[in-house]
Amino acid sequence: MIEYVNHRSNPGIDPTLHLWGWEIPVYLFVGGLVAGLMILSGYHILRQQWDDERTRGHYVTAPLLSLALLTVGMVALFLDLGNKFYVWRLYLTFEVTSPMSWGSWILLLVYPVLVASALLTLPESLPRLARTFPILGRTARALSARPGFAHATGFGNIVLGVLLGIYTGVLLSTLAARPLWNSALLGPLFLLSGLSTGAALLHLLSHLHPRPDRDDGAFTDAVISAMVHWLRPPDATGQGQRKLEHADNSFLTVELVLIALYLIGLLSSAAAHQQAVGLLFSGPWAWTFWIGVIGLGILLPLALQFMQAERWIRSTIVPALLVLAGGFLLRVIIVYAGQESHWFMAAQ
Amino acid sequence: MRHAMVIDTRLCVGCMNCVVACKTENDVPDGFCRDWITETVRGAFPHVRLEIRSERCNHCANPPCVYCCPTGASHQTEGGIVAVSKEKCIGCKACMAACPYDARFPHPDGYASKCTFCSHRVAVGDDPACVSVCPTHCMHFGDLDDPSSEVSRLLVSRAHYTLLPEAGTRPHLFFLT
Repeated sequence: MIEYVNHRSNPGIDPTLHLWGWEIPVYLFVGGLVAGLMILSGYHILRQQWDDERTRGHYVTAPLLSLALLTVGMVALFLDLGNKFYVWRLYLTFEVTSPMSWGSWILLLVYPVLVASALLTLPESLPRLARTFPILGRTARALSARPGFAHATGFGNIVLGVLLGIYTGVLLSTLAARPLWNSALLGPLFLLSGLSTGAALLHLLSHLHPRPDRDDGAFTDAVISAMVHWLRPPDATGQGQRKLEHADNSFLTVELVLIALYLIGLLSSAAAHQQAVGLLFSGPWAWTFWIGVIGLGILLPLALQFMQAERWIRSTIVPALLVLAGGFLLRVIIVYAGQESHWFMAAQ
Repeated sequence: MRHAMVIDTRLCVGCMNCVVACKTENDVPDGFCRDWITETVRGAFPHVRLEIRSERCNHCANPPCVYCCPTGASHQTEGGIVAVSKEKCIGCKACMAACPYDARFPHPDGYASKCTFCSHRVAVGDDPACVSVCPTHCMHFGDLDDPSSEVSRLLVSRAHYTLLPEAGTRPHLFFLT
């Protein structure tokens, strides 16, 4: 028998690390969501193909939505900092071994690409603003007249979306002291979760507000109708929505495979990792993980969307809401349970 | 030069003088500590073995806390001491999540704080505060690169171990058994 007594008791560290609160899962979720939106809208900019009326408007508003969401995430991240007024220090250096440094520079590149994408689609996403400030409308038309610019923007969205989605997972996986995070699969897993939540958000918007580009303010209308009309029964499913359902199901399937590989990887690793992954098999996090993330967040929407795409049942917003909730819960559990995992648990 | 600390677990009685000395010397805020005492009891009565250790930052040669710092605030000094420049630290807490020894803590002023091996004392040739006050003389501080230093001689002549060698951090804190 080994009895271990530690007289340290530093707040935030002992008995287990709990330094990162709600701010970090919120940022990781929103970062992944924006990464997914960027990849999807980048793909549509490159293809210059907007499917149908119902989804088109939402691809158009995706860059503006991404800007708003990412700013929420950045505020959460800022709130977490201990020395808030030194945040500019991030941009005086580039630390090649620190994913957080990579992330801060990636975010600095993401903003101009999102602004360029938003400008490109401004006449459609915010027609009233484009009319009020003709220079904005003229700039947007001049930019979209240059195929090279649209191409570069679409390409930039995809590349930076992938980097943004992956880095949030790599950020955790390099923190050597928390065995639950020590898997290179966290990066791809968070990227795929971001893609599935991005597709789910577009799907949700297309249900809540079927024809945003008919009115004079797609972005504001999308937000308002999301609050007012969320229970309105949808019309017949459009071609674009079915594409989104298929895409979301592919992302969810790959995500499920990555979660399985992540668990197998840790289970077949050293004792500390086996003990860490035990946090997902028993104890308070296990129920939330298996029922919340796997059951309600992946398997149920996978089945519902499959039946919707096959037209066995009517298309609803339920799977999209489940995917979004599941994606957030995944970040919460990984961040909180990860902080509880420890090398000493196995060593002592 | 590689600064290292050697602690004789056969002499340490867990009096916490080192903890008090550190808090006084480094003005460590209330409720926090840079060094601490750990007790491990192995076996079942009557066959038990008690070990008491004075622990702190291991000043690793391969420090995960330094690698993950996004601003370069966490760094290694010339003698291998792992230090934090508080005017560069943004308080992101990544270093605390990266440390397998949980040796760092969030200072109430926002930055990451930890043991410095009392670098301000070492610079003028003194021992760290914890070493200098130890009543049982169980703690030794010196240069690993100097074969005639007390720490080098102790490590050659006595059995010793480091904490969590499996984490691959190459600590500079050695415990004699």
